[in-house]
Parts: sequence; C-alpha cells; structure tokens
Amino acid sequence: MKALLAQTRSELMLSLRNGEQLLVNIAIPLLLLVFFSAVKVLPIPTGVDKRVDFLAPGIIALAVMSNAMVALAIGTGFERHYKVLKRLGATPLGRGRWVLAKIGMVKILLVVQIALIVVAALALGWNPGGTPWLAIPAVVLGVFAFGGIGLLMAGTLRGTVTLALANGLYLLLLLLGGMIIPFSEMPGFLGTIGKVLPSGALSQVLQSCLRSGADSAGSAWIVLAIWAALAPLAAVKFFRWE
Amino acid sequence: MVSPESPPAIEVNNLTIRYGDRIAVNGLSFTAMPGKITALLGPNGAGKTSTVETLEGYRRPTAGSVRVLGLDPVADHRQLVARIGVMLQSGGVATGMRPGEALRLFASYYVDPVDPDELLELVGLADHRSSTWRSMSGGEQQRLSLALALVGRPDVAFLDEPTAGIDPAGRQLIRRVIADLRGRGVAVLLTTHDLEEAEKLADHVVIIDHGVVLADGTPTELMRASQGDDVRFGAPSGLDVSSLGARIGAVVTEASPGEYVVASAATPSMVAAITAWLAEMDLPLADLRAGRQRLEDVFLRLTADADAKTPEPTPSRRRRSRR
Repeated sequence: MKALLAQTRSELMLSLRNGEQLLVNIAIPLLLLVFFSAVKVLPIPTGVDKRVDFLAPGIIALAVMSNAMVALAIGTGFERHYKVLKRLGATPLGRGRWVLAKIGMVKILLVVQIALIVVAALALGWNPGGTPWLAIPAVVLGVFAFGGIGLLMAGTLRGTVTLALANGLYLLLLLLGGMIIPFSEMPGFLGTIGKVLPSGALSQVLQSCLRSGADSAGSAWIVLAIWAALAPLAAVKFFRWE
Repeated sequence: MVSPESPPAIEVNNLTIRYGDRIAVNGLSFTAMPGKITALLGPNGAGKTSTVETLEGYRRPTAGSVRVLGLDPVADHRQLVARIGVMLQSGGVATGMRPGEALRLFASYYVDPVDPDELLELVGLADHRSSTWRSMSGGEQQRLSLALALVGRPDVAFLDEPTAGIDPAGRQLIRRVIADLRGRGVAVLLTTHDLEEAEKLADHVVIIDHGVVLADGTPTELMRASQGDDVRFGAPSGLDVSSLGARIGAVVTEASPGEYVVASAATPSMVAAITAWLAEMDLPLADLRAGRQRLEDVFLRLTADADAKTPEPTPSRRRRSRR
C-alpha cells in the first residue's frame, strides 16, 4: 500500500512537472470549449439551443481521450525508452501496482480536468440535461478504452514513434469522433466510420447522458464497451517492457 | 558475518543463452560468494550483460540453470526482487525525477530501506537535490543508480558497468562505496571491460569472452598462474630488437607496439642489462615487469587465444534431415 501510494504520487508529480502534457490535457480542451462556444463557426445539430450544450459533452470526451490515451502513451513510451520500466521490473513494486498507479494518476487528473470543464461550461451557460450520473460509467469505460490504446502504443513502438502516432491519432479521433463537429455534418461514410471509433462512441454516449433531446445511444454504449474490453486486453498481450 | 562455509550467493551452471542463431553465452559456470566482489570481465559483446540479466530474471536461460540466493530468478521473481539491487548500464529513472524523489520512491518499495538522505550523502549527491535526471551528468546519474541499487539493503548487488564513461573522481567514489559493501556481507557482481577496475576492486575475477569462461580466480591467482619466464617492458615502439637481443643474449620480441617481451628469467643482471642498453640509446622506459604480470597481460593473452581458437563465431548449424 505504501509503495502504491508513493508510486501514484510520483506519477502525478511527474505529470504535473511536464508542461506540454498539461497543455494537451487541460488547456486545449478548455480553449476549444470557450472558443467554439463564443465564435459561431462550427455547425451544431438541429434542435440544440446553445452551442455549449452540444460542445460540453464532446469536450469532456476529448479530455478523457487526451489524458488516458495521448498523455499516458507519451509518458509511458518515454519511460520504456529510458528503461524506467525495465528498472522497475527488478524492484518489489511489481507490474500490477505499477499499472494501478498509472490508472490512479489518470483518474485523479481527469477528475480535476472534468471539474474545470464543467465549471467553464456552466459559466458559458451550459444547461445539462439527460441522465448525468450515467456519464460516470461512460467516462470509466472511456478511460479503459483510451488507456488500453495508449498503453498498446507505448508498449510496442519506439518512444518517438509513440509520440508522433499518439498526436496524429488524437487529431484524427477528434475530427471524426463527433466531439466538436456533429456527425450530422459529415458525409455518410465518414459518420459511419466515426461512430465505430472509440471517440465517436464516447461522445455519442456523453451527448445522450448530458443533453436532453440527444439521440439515444444504445449501440454507442456497446461500441464503447467493446473498445474498453479489447484495447486493454491487446495492451496486456502485446506490451513489451523493454 | 559471513563464514567460509556459507553457500554461494550466485550459482551459474552451464548457462547458455541464444538469440535466434547467435550464441551469446555458451555453457558458462561460476559462483559468487557473499561478502565478496566478483567481477565479470570481458570485452564488449562477451556475454556479460546477457548473463547478468538472466540472474536478474529479465531473460530465461536457453539451457543450464542459475540460482540467486538459492532462488530461481524467473519462477521466484517476487521473493528475489526484495533482496537484490540492480544498476543498469544506463537509464532506469524517469527524466523529470530529482535524486531525492527517486530515492524516496524506491525506498517505499522495500520493507527496511536505508535512509534516502544518508544515501544521497554517501554518493555525493546531497548538493544536487533540485536537479532532475535529465540535467545530471553521466557520472551523477551513475551515482544515483548505485544509490537506488542499494536503498533496499540488498543481499546481492548486480552492477552493470558501474563506472563506464565517468570522470576519475566519480569513479573513485563509486569504487569506495562498492568496496564498503563487502563488510555488510553483500555479494557484489559487477561487469566491466576495464581491467584496472577488476584488478583494483574485485576479490574474484571471471574472465569471459564469446560466452565462455577463460579464467576464474582471485586477481593474484590469475596473475601468478600465467606468470612466465619473461621480462616485459614498455618503451618507444620500433626498437631494434635483434640488436638488444644480441647484446643481452636473449630473444626479444615486440608483443604489441611499445610492449616488449624478453624470453629470459628476470634475474637482476638481465634487468640491469636491459636498462643499460636503453640508457645507452637514451630511450625512456615506460615500465618494467619482471615475472609478475598485470591482469591486463593475462586478459589480452587469454582473449587473443580465444579469438585464435574460434576463427568465426560460428552460429549453430542446424542439420535438416530430409526424409
């Protein structure tokens, strides 16, 4: 227990010390939320009163993705590159507690991040509807799905490749995931692709939890659950510690 | 205290490690005792790191067996890691970490750790509290790695090239810390390609090359065993060895540039004759070793012999039987 707490604290401290990681995690989602709520450039689905009502759930999904996937992949990828993971393998910490500490770090950062987004969105006049408590299991599933993808990249690719791929994937999943651009505005086939992506599934599920009048998201829950099960399994199977 | 009968801390028995068709370690056997510093000495690519990483549980032997404190490093990994300390050849610490933070974190993994501040003092990093790993010099990183290997009070310490590429002052400090581990009964296994390091630090030297043991013993034993009837000296290269040989009445050869071997017993008159000839020619004498060789001579001769015997590191040739 002492080791797990110390490891989690250490992971948190290293994340906070890492400026560019904080930028990806906190500043970019907040900036997108404020900017696109205020500037009327992006389309919003028909029947939505305020832009922020559509944007807030999508930005929460984006925060989950940037934290659990991008930041985790880059951080872990470089730790693997610098043999941090190899060295930990020769200590009594063990892999189980190492993974728990990583997950703990992601969850703590995410709570802070989502709180900031919610506060900013409320200040912009957000009026959440739907069944907000369902957003909690949705976010947890999202952490598993994106965390699994992040660790899969970090555990199989070189550090620099992980860095490039995580950022590329971030942009792709952001654009196609219905997070800030509604599926209704995409050509049919792109929308179909987007809806089977983990980002698309999570943003649909969060829209249905947090916005009254949103489409029900039965199939999106299933897609999200499949990602949340398969991605960590693949990470466990293919992860290489050195 | 360690009694002479205590069992070996490390036992390597016929260890073979293969990477695909390449044999990295080929039937290696040796032991390391508690309270002793054992040096695994060999040129780069001799199989040192592969051997140590097998003992640390990072890889499985292809054949043969290893035991550390009586445990199997892979099967009993959980029990073993609590009792060993590891210093990798490089890296091992998150780049944004400060020395005190790293030590306190590692201390939390163990039941009865050494006080982190005490260790920082010991390895001379007490003044580097605010620098992160990425801003530390190579020598500082090595010293922190050593401290991290020792924070859990290990019974066995594996140190992979602990002083490679660092400045003389740092090297001295690391050697002093390692030498002090003897008194606490720690079995130290260090790898090095630096002969001086093995000669100065080790109680027991295992010379390996191409994955096999070439020699095994205390530094003194190794030097005595290969002591020949010759005198060796260093002087400018390209001397006229036949003229010197005629003068002193013995065959003189230039073993390597600037290193001469006189095939004669090291009698005082022989030594006097050699130095007299050099004096006449007004040549400087770098060093002169009568009888007793340095470990370097032993090492170079052994590894040269091994190279001569294995013209090509032949990978296993698999016979395909056709039916």
